[in-house]
Amino acid sequence: MMRMTAKQVAGLSVALGTALASSGLVAQGTGPFAESGWDLPVHDDEPYAQLLMDRFEYQDYEDEEAFAWEGSAWFGTDRHRLLVQSEGEAELGDGDGGEVESLDVQYANRIGAYWDAKAGLGYQTTFGPGPDRDRASALVGVQGLAPYWFEVDANLRVSEDGDTVAEFEGEYDWLFTQRLILQGRGETSYAFSEVPEFGVGEGINGLTLGLRLRYEFRREIAPYVGVRWQKDYGDTADLTRAEGEDTENSAVVAGVRWWF
Amino acid sequence: MNNHHSGRRSLSRRDIIRAGSSMGLMVGLGTLLPGYAFGMTGNQQLTRRTEGNSDIYELTIDRTPLTIDGRASNQPITINGSLPAPLIRLREGREAVLRVTNKLDEPTSIHWHGILLPFEMDGVPGVSFPGIAPGETFEYRYPVRQSGTYWYHSHSGLQEQLGHYGPLIVDPAEPEPFEYDREYAIVLSDWTFNDPAEVMRNLKVAEGYYNYNKRTVSDFFEDVASMGWSAAWEKAGMWGRMRMTPRDILDVTGAEYTYLMNGMSPDDNWTGLFEPGEKVRLRVINASAMSIFDVRIPGLAMTVVEADGQKVEPVETDEFRIGVAETYDVIVEPQDEAYTLFAQSQDRSGFTRGTLAVREGMEASVPELYPRTERGMAAMGMAGHGSDGGMDHGSMEGMNGMHDGGGSMDGAMQGDGDNPPVANRQISHGPDNHGAGAAMVAMNPRPRLDDPGVGLEHVDHRVLTYAQLRGLHAWPDEREPQRDVELHLTGNMERYMWSFDGQKFSEVDGPVEFRHGERLRLILVNDTMMDHPIHLHGMWMELETGNDGYRPRKHTLLVKPGEMISAQITPEHQGDWAFHCHLLYHMKAGMFRVVSVQ
Repeated sequence: MMRMTAKQVAGLSVALGTALASSGLVAQGTGPFAESGWDLPVHDDEPYAQLLMDRFEYQDYEDEEAFAWEGSAWFGTDRHRLLVQSEGEAELGDGDGGEVESLDVQYANRIGAYWDAKAGLGYQTTFGPGPDRDRASALVGVQGLAPYWFEVDANLRVSEDGDTVAEFEGEYDWLFTQRLILQGRGETSYAFSEVPEFGVGEGINGLTLGLRLRYEFRREIAPYVGVRWQKDYGDTADLTRAEGEDTENSAVVAGVRWWF
Repeated sequence: MNNHHSGRRSLSRRDIIRAGSSMGLMVGLGTLLPGYAFGMTGNQQLTRRTEGNSDIYELTIDRTPLTIDGRASNQPITINGSLPAPLIRLREGREAVLRVTNKLDEPTSIHWHGILLPFEMDGVPGVSFPGIAPGETFEYRYPVRQSGTYWYHSHSGLQEQLGHYGPLIVDPAEPEPFEYDREYAIVLSDWTFNDPAEVMRNLKVAEGYYNYNKRTVSDFFEDVASMGWSAAWEKAGMWGRMRMTPRDILDVTGAEYTYLMNGMSPDDNWTGLFEPGEKVRLRVINASAMSIFDVRIPGLAMTVVEADGQKVEPVETDEFRIGVAETYDVIVEPQDEAYTLFAQSQDRSGFTRGTLAVREGMEASVPELYPRTERGMAAMGMAGHGSDGGMDHGSMEGMNGMHDGGGSMDGAMQGDGDNPPVANRQISHGPDNHGAGAAMVAMNPRPRLDDPGVGLEHVDHRVLTYAQLRGLHAWPDEREPQRDVELHLTGNMERYMWSFDGQKFSEVDGPVEFRHGERLRLILVNDTMMDHPIHLHGMWMELETGNDGYRPRKHTLLVKPGEMISAQITPEHQGDWAFHCHLLYHMKAGMFRVVSVQ
């Protein structure tokens, strides 16, 4: 089924590439002897697409269980892409509540060999028991590969109410073998203003660290186990305590990293 | 399928001579061969018709189910039912007429690789002609004015990956300056059971998809054990700052490919027969999509007599590296009963082999793959050896000293003859280091023609290098180049972008312009971490090795990472000509230009 999908994507890509090329929108290095109506010798600007679930996991905390995801999908060429990113979690068992922490739709432009600049719109919502809250935002950011092989994603986000937050996420892979890979990741954010209904205090919100050991049966499918640790700081920690929750928690996680 | 070994059908040249014939009588050979009603691998040869001064071939391109390495596949694109496509023999001084019928459900083409001809006959869709539509027959017709070993293949999409390639031999009008009793075409290639479009997508969306030889934590600790903490740390840091890996040798590896010799896998064991005491000419053609091979015959010295179909001063060697699209003709004199003809991929992820034997069913011991290697810190001045590397990301100012060290060492190692004229050339990467299309630039590129290349530095026998190639003749145009044309080979593995000067084919707004009849020097600078076989259609590149006047003429130049090489060119034929990296997926990704000669 995955193969079918890949083929369909490839087929769609070829069709789009051909359409773009024949529409004359693509500049080209064809010579003066080439006649109009000839196909191009190479089609090097075809769009591709990928859906990657970097985290797709069950989380076992001391007093609760949750399902969490973090993934991205893109469609486009080497230099121009439409990018959708999402992250969130759902409590399992009694709670049934959860949060789509982000659902961002962005345009990404390759500005350097290793970096995309991106801009777009985001959406955040809670669901389950209690009052559902949601807010939209606009964001700009950069994403790419920093020296020493760190994957970096940094955004500046302004919500519809004018609240501004800077988000930073980094990832690093250690290869133990060609297929057994330990991924370390860290996430933090800094809020320029307080947003109590989302539990966000001013200043550094907190820090999330994770270690996940995966095995790539195929490049596309890699089950993993790991740990996740999270701690709130400053005003955010005060807000968390006011809600009667722990400001520090850790979980054992198990999931599958997959893409197609 | 295994009984289709060529040995049975090979004709000893002695037999021909005994029959009171010249090379011309090879005409009748085709009738000795089985028909092509069913698909087949091995060495097939095609029946030639002659009419007046014309040698005529009929070719049919189709999909043919085949068994490859014991596994059935419906994918193969065959010519007259064969993978590789059958051997075509043309004759110097005559006219070639090749009628090509397309039975595929997509357009196709044939490019006559290495043959100089009118550009309309060059067979590149979108450059020289519109391509051959499904159901259509196209007649190629051109005068043959050269001799030697060449090949032919599709220039449409990714068809070449699926078997659309075959050997093309042009028999010389004059006797050759060397003798042999028997000959074989050895077509090396790489085969995938998957859709090539899927291979391309994997390369595009997942960097290193096929690389199962990445550096691991234990490799780091091995470095610590051998070099000490600070050197190992410094090495890891240098590569890490560059975001480059020394283990990117080939993009598509043995994890995906089955490597073939004349369409047969190592288990199929292609066999070429000989009688002890005979001189056997092997016409080795690398028809791979993506695989550079290192070729040797343990126990046999090889005398190289042609490179890219052009005669060179005979040079004896034990092993040679053959870039994609290159050809080498070697003569061997086997005495024992069986020898293994061994071709391992440059990254040591796989091999193919065949056997030279006195009868069918024999085999000699098959050597181990060489240990996997990585690209050198060496040329960066760390280990005092001038091999490979010399690379840097544009922003790494701190590394200058090291590069200068490596570079001057390379210069000092240029042994035979004079340095190539570009040895001390100052080059420029442009104001933005080729932009986002180039992940790095070579700080101090130098010719390294006497460097056998990554993975061959430490072998304990002779390895052929470009520096050893010396043309047998001086070439007709002895003018000094009137101008230089400098092109940089660029790429960005992160997005699998490949280009010249940082711009893909679709991003440039016109061709590279050569003037008809001028004398120019083409300078190629490799700003990437990979070897690129660069092919120029329609004209010879006389490689400047420092052997003045006796430059080897080539149609494809394998350029090492961080290397700068140069070639003298006389554009003799007007028209548009393709110029590209012959790694199929690099070309597909945009490493392609049109050279227009007017």
